[in-house]
Amino acid sequence: MNAEKEPLFSSKNLKLLTEPLNDSNPITVQVLGVCSALAVTVKLKPAFVMALSVMVVMAVSNVVISLLRKTVPPRIRIIVQLVVIAAMVILVDQVLKAFVFDISKQLSVFVGLIITNCIIMGRLEAFALSNKPWQSFLDGIGNAAGYGVILLIVAFFRELLGSGTIWGYKVIPESVYDFGYENNGLMILPPMALIVVGAIIWIQRAKNKKLVESN
Amino acid sequence: MRSYSNTYIFIFSSIMVIIVAALLSVAAITLQPYQKKNIEINKKQNILTSINIESTAKNAEALYEEYILESYTINYKGEINKTVDAFTVDMKKELAKQIEERNLPVFVSSLEETKQYIIPVYGKGLWGPIWGYVSLKDDLSTIFGANFSHKAETPGLGAEIDTKDFQLRFLGKEILDKQGQFVSISIVKGGTADPNSKYEVDGISGGTITSNGVDDMLKDCLSSYESYFKNIKQAMPEIDIEKNLNNDVN
Repeated sequence: MNAEKEPLFSSKNLKLLTEPLNDSNPITVQVLGVCSALAVTVKLKPAFVMALSVMVVMAVSNVVISLLRKTVPPRIRIIVQLVVIAAMVILVDQVLKAFVFDISKQLSVFVGLIITNCIIMGRLEAFALSNKPWQSFLDGIGNAAGYGVILLIVAFFRELLGSGTIWGYKVIPESVYDFGYENNGLMILPPMALIVVGAIIWIQRAKNKKLVESN
Repeated sequence: MRSYSNTYIFIFSSIMVIIVAALLSVAAITLQPYQKKNIEINKKQNILTSINIESTAKNAEALYEEYILESYTINYKGEINKTVDAFTVDMKKELAKQIEERNLPVFVSSLEETKQYIIPVYGKGLWGPIWGYVSLKDDLSTIFGANFSHKAETPGLGAEIDTKDFQLRFLGKEILDKQGQFVSISIVKGGTADPNSKYEVDGISGGTITSNGVDDMLKDCLSSYESYFKNIKQAMPEIDIEKNLNNDVN
């Protein structure tokens, strides 16, 4: 690789950022990290904080693994990746608890769940182990953003239709309820998250033909 | 791919583990005082919310000093013990003990020229513990306010117990029936509570197990205070104006 003289935001590097948003989106194309996409998307706010925390953990562990890539023995690389991710997640959790207690209370279990997010380990294994720190950093941010975007879209529809609120604020006026409108209770249950994700995948593939597999 | 000797792998993993362990311990120790302070402030905020006082992390301590008159613990006979600091009592540990050995905290606040009795509650949700504070008006039956928190309930479902929306449903409900018997408050299936009933509150649709947890928590915890409530009620006529009711209760 002769990336030495490459500018920081060359088109190749930018691609690392933008590709996961669409063509190689971790949720809709690679279908990774679906479990957390189902669990934390009932409301917009926790989904946003989750996306942000995943971004921090992903960017930092990508850089750390990339720095270590020449010294990590392949036989124990998975363990090394897990240790780095777990350490990062605990660190993030501790910092949140000490300085932004309110947010940490909201996240509660999700912080721990980040460790099990397959996207992070997937990117460490597939990208950071064989690329330079800067590229790995961009790849981490890009993939976390791709993950976050889907999370926010799903959470938007689930909160709107399930609770009639956006970001905790009521958006569906009382008068609509008086006409007999009801919040859809099914939207707040996990199965609907799966269906929303499915709908997103469908729309995305309808627009982007090269994602359609031929069997 | 380069191959690595076993020695290298051992050394690599040992160093990695030591570095990570050191990093995490340092982080845990240096951040601990901040975290403890946060938890303490959060507890004070929760107590204040149970008497419907909004507070921020900054003014919680001052407001707590202002509104909370006193705190003490009681035993199963309802006798007051002032030697234990009620604020530091861990409800989880107390509830694990035999009823005779429990030290149950009571916080007394003063608002609108009457007293409120704040009772901590602790129970099980779906994924982890749930806890909170319930404040009673000085008739010791009508709920003045309630605050619930949880460790790990599902967001949007069980986790809704910590929202204002859910907590406001408890206002004005009663835990004693007309004969003065303890009946607690039942959390019923979402949307089915009888609006005229003083003993029913709507649960959370989709959060049934957490709602049942709140139901059990209220029954278990509030019932332990029955004899204490009775003692105060008996002493009530004499202590109408006096602020210090402890002497009478003892």
